[in-house]
Amino acid sequence: MLKTIVKRILQSIPTLLIVVTFTFILTRMIPGNPALTMLGPQAPKESVEQLEEELGLNKSKGEQYVIYLKQILKGDFGRSYSYNQSVVELIKERIPNTLVITLTSLLIALVLGMIVGIVSAVRQYSILDYIFMVLALIGVSMPIFWLGLMLVLVFSVNLGWLPAMGMGSMAKGVWDVVSHMILPCFCLSTIPMATFARITRSSMLEVVNNDAVKALRARGLREGVVIWKHALKNALPPIVTVLGLQLASAFTGAILTESIFSWPGMGTLIVSAIDNRDYALIQGVVLFTAIVFVVINLIVDIVYTVINPRVSYESGKGGN
Amino acid sequence: MSENLLTVKDLKTYFFTASGVSKAVDGVSFTLKKGETMGIVGESGSGKSVTASSIIRLLPPKIGRIVEGTIDFEGKDIIKLNKKELLNFRGKDIAVIFQDPMTSLDPVFKIGNQMVEMICAHQDVSKEEARKMAVEALKKVGIPQPEKRMESYPYELSGGMCQRVIIAMAVCCKPKMVIADEPTTALDVTVQAQVLELLQELQDEMDTSILLITHNLGVVWKMCDTVMVLYAGKTVEYADTKTLYAQPLHPYTWGLLDSMPKLSDTVKGELNTIPGVPPDLRLTGNCCNFYNRCPYAQERCGKEVPELVEVEPGHFVACHRQNKENKLVRGEENRNE
Repeated sequence: MLKTIVKRILQSIPTLLIVVTFTFILTRMIPGNPALTMLGPQAPKESVEQLEEELGLNKSKGEQYVIYLKQILKGDFGRSYSYNQSVVELIKERIPNTLVITLTSLLIALVLGMIVGIVSAVRQYSILDYIFMVLALIGVSMPIFWLGLMLVLVFSVNLGWLPAMGMGSMAKGVWDVVSHMILPCFCLSTIPMATFARITRSSMLEVVNNDAVKALRARGLREGVVIWKHALKNALPPIVTVLGLQLASAFTGAILTESIFSWPGMGTLIVSAIDNRDYALIQGVVLFTAIVFVVINLIVDIVYTVINPRVSYESGKGGN
Repeated sequence: MSENLLTVKDLKTYFFTASGVSKAVDGVSFTLKKGETMGIVGESGSGKSVTASSIIRLLPPKIGRIVEGTIDFEGKDIIKLNKKELLNFRGKDIAVIFQDPMTSLDPVFKIGNQMVEMICAHQDVSKEEARKMAVEALKKVGIPQPEKRMESYPYELSGGMCQRVIIAMAVCCKPKMVIADEPTTALDVTVQAQVLELLQELQDEMDTSILLITHNLGVVWKMCDTVMVLYAGKTVEYADTKTLYAQPLHPYTWGLLDSMPKLSDTVKGELNTIPGVPPDLRLTGNCCNFYNRCPYAQERCGKEVPELVEVEPGHFVACHRQNKENKLVRGEENRNE
């Protein structure tokens, strides 16, 4: 197992290198000049040139790339010009804010989505199944920015029940924090919930009528045990795959939702980084995202071996 | 004569599909006595497995339904059991061994855990006791290193070993009856014999009745006390094994027995077959189902459904041309036509 993990980590190095290179090229391709953006359009040419020199932007692109790579190898993600803070510090600051809403909504989505999927599969073609699947279809196809704006319009502007933006503060009590989370979490959980419901349903359908499940019923096991213990464990792998992907994006924040609700998380951080042509910050956040994806994919693969004993990454072992 | 354990009378199980009602089982009757083995033979699609599924009430939900008949197990009518009673009945009173051992065990749970789970579902024992019973049962069915095997996953075992595990699991709860639905079809020939011997040993030891579903007539001869021949969902002949092999009465049974390759066949050539194909099960029920394939068919056979009659004590046959007074002899000219 350890060998596999080390191997996978080594394999991820080229992936990360490609990500670093592409972000570097892409950020340099964004029109606009960071020094000019910071100083404003009226700034004298000399001050712009001076700032460019300070930031190292007067060097050739090749030189900049080499310097950047060297920095990364030392674990230095650079400094954000716009926030005048180190990129690592900024990410550290924003990550908890993002995780609070993304993980909460993912948890809600996973639990409800799986329940809906299992019920739909067990009662395939029932009215309940149709209702659930239509809702799930609406859920996956709803544009999230539209949903967010509608939620704000209805619950904040018209009804005035919930705050429209920002994070609550614990100083004002738990309700203040929770009330600020409700709309963003609702908004964030719709798509994953619908995805989980659909994937769980289709995966369970493959399992609930197969021979192994029939044999379990023939053993006189309770239907609850057959479905929720045996069939569910057999149906888990695709659900875990999707969960892994969702979890990875949870760390990188939700650009649309965070922007709508002015949530100070990773999503708004990257948006402002792009707005300000903050090269170091863009590169840092994207690299961080890539690392998270690589790590979570590795974890998902390891989890597979636990839920399905036939999967084995050791050579010369494993089943059909 | 020992007492009756299972009596099935005129069982009809239909499948209500989008393209019509398929009469998968359309009049099956038989009696299984305590400690005896009965074989059900017939070609694919004749309703063997559906009969078995009906007995344990495990038909595909919504589509499959028992529409008529009674299934009497020690005096209780299985068809009237409620959900809770069914759970106690399945696994405890009747254990089932399915055709493919590799798909009859849950692939993602250890064998030991699956056995313990089943024992605990039917008997009031602690997990430790259940584990001991499971190891004991594995030992009994001839699995080497049973303690170690408890920790194995099904995929780590061969097909024959899996079938032994399933048999061990079946006998853990000391069922009164075992339904073996083609238990050896998926296994190698040498392993087949071992599995059948094992079943017989356990039967002798525990006085269990066995309902053996197979299309291997050799297996029937070796294992069974009585045989029922099914054709297109109907019992066409039912007798004790010796009688059926010595004096088969139904033309379909003749065809089946003729289709069996014999070692004494010295001439190499084509194997015997019954010409034609079984009828569409959505269209049966108006005449003798074997009418279009039967070399002895008469006008009446195409108009009336033959009843299952007892032509000799214990020998039942459903054929218009076989009755107490007037017996059709095999190979006889079709002179009534």
